[in-house]
Amino acid sequence: MKELVIISGKGGTGKTTLTASFAALAENKIICDCDVDAANLFLLLDPKVKKEEEIFTQKIAYIDEDKCTKCGICEENCRFNAISNFKVEEIKCEGCGVCEFVCPEEAILLKDVATGRIITADTRYGPFFYGILYAGAGTTGKLVTEIRRKAFNLSAEENNDLIIIDGSPGIGCPVIASITGSDVALIVTEPTLSGEHDLGRIAKLTKHFNVKTFVCINKFDINPEVTERIENWCVNEDIIIAGKIPYDPIVTQAMLKAKPVVDFVDNKVTDEIKKIWEVLLNQEK
Amino acid sequence: MIISIASGKGGTGKTTIATSLALSLKDVQFIDSDVEEPNAHIFIKPIIESVEEVNVLIPEVDYQSCDFCGECANFCQFNAIAVFKEQVLIFSELCHNCGGCEIVCPNDAISEYEKSIGKIERGKADEIEFLHGVLDIAQLSAVPVIKRLKNYIQEDKTVIIDSPPGTSCTMIESIEGSDYCILVTEPTPFGLNDLNLAVSVLKKMNIKHGVVINQSDLGDKRVGEYCRDNRIDILMEIPFMREIAEAYSRGESLISVMPEYEARFRKMYKVIEDKTKVHG
Repeated sequence: MKELVIISGKGGTGKTTLTASFAALAENKIICDCDVDAANLFLLLDPKVKKEEEIFTQKIAYIDEDKCTKCGICEENCRFNAISNFKVEEIKCEGCGVCEFVCPEEAILLKDVATGRIITADTRYGPFFYGILYAGAGTTGKLVTEIRRKAFNLSAEENNDLIIIDGSPGIGCPVIASITGSDVALIVTEPTLSGEHDLGRIAKLTKHFNVKTFVCINKFDINPEVTERIENWCVNEDIIIAGKIPYDPIVTQAMLKAKPVVDFVDNKVTDEIKKIWEVLLNQEK
Repeated sequence: MIISIASGKGGTGKTTIATSLALSLKDVQFIDSDVEEPNAHIFIKPIIESVEEVNVLIPEVDYQSCDFCGECANFCQFNAIAVFKEQVLIFSELCHNCGGCEIVCPNDAISEYEKSIGKIERGKADEIEFLHGVLDIAQLSAVPVIKRLKNYIQEDKTVIIDSPPGTSCTMIESIEGSDYCILVTEPTPFGLNDLNLAVSVLKKMNIKHGVVINQSDLGDKRVGEYCRDNRIDILMEIPFMREIAEAYSRGESLISVMPEYEARFRKMYKVIEDKTKVHG
């Protein structure tokens, strides 16, 4: 079993569009959406939900008003400015427990709070796990780790060859949680100065974690000059370009019809996506 | 007035809207708080005048005083400390810098030292006062960098904050305290799904908000209907134009290729100004 994670640094470059197409092309795999604070892959996979579990990955302090003597020691010791007027601002509380420890009246308790749900589903492409973070909840990394753990366990039971993971934008906690220990990362970028800048940072991250990295340039014809620069940069960095996808509004049309683009149309875009999939598959062997 | 620009979904045009608004209004303070992948400098082109490190406090153990009792590891909610027979391991990347271990240690064996996790760069582009943060590679949490950036907010100015995508802690830290939040979306199922998530965060935080629909002619009508049903103002709609996409790819701002948008952004600012005045 291998884990392939699709990431981008910059948002909106086409991660989910590609992941959905890979889900349609791959055999004997499990699909995960680890972009837990803006999960979209389910919109293209028409999942039949089998199980929904609430998860509690965060703690928040609660002050018992009856016991509180308003001494203010908790507020003084909170580094997150999460306590004011003897009330906890939930959105700022990190659940560290300092207030609970310092309170002389034992008026503060840490309580587990639900931070999101993990959904186990079946799709016509195979088993699918995705997470939904509740509005304003933290600990995205823990939710990502939990989704990957579920996929890993299932793959061990059912002898799947591959886990395909749709990642988040950025380079922070949820991205790190989705790439650590993965076998292959595909970075989806676009030929814009922003895309180029962000590619440089995310590629450093995959290198740091020793994940074998491929790059795909989406909408490559929007700026051939930047595309060429990205290609040269990848050669220098020893990163393989898995493919270059042309700009085509049909990709948006496929999304509007809630379908992976390879199941919607046969054209230059889907030929290239299939080629990219072959490149990723062949390196597996 | 503080205006933040956010979106659930990435790549919808936050930075395009934020930089165009700043370049249209001219005399503003601009803060790029997408410290994982900052891009606004590409369009605003500031001259950076100062750089400072962002440090967080990480515990260290004085082995002269430590008796390996394990209280610190027991207390730490983030599993950032492990205590063995003759060794204490501290995983600084997991540490939330709460200071709890230092407080609970019965032997005063823990102190804190400053560790850099990123930097803040400040500069100017004409009248725009520019700041952005850059998180170091392989650092988990961008929140301390965003917090530090926000210490520089000048309340007497119009402040424009370009937020990271998503709806989790980095986005919340960025928009917290804003008078108004502009949500940038696209009229697709992804755009709508993530807009709805972002709106629920803003409602929870009690921040006034409106929507800009980018590439407004490339999708369907559902985002427009959603806004009408939920009484959310649509502040602007920008159709897809290949020349806008190409200019963006070269790092040119929207208003440099479409100067007529300058007046539209100024007008949008007036609308936001009125909206924030209505109820104080």
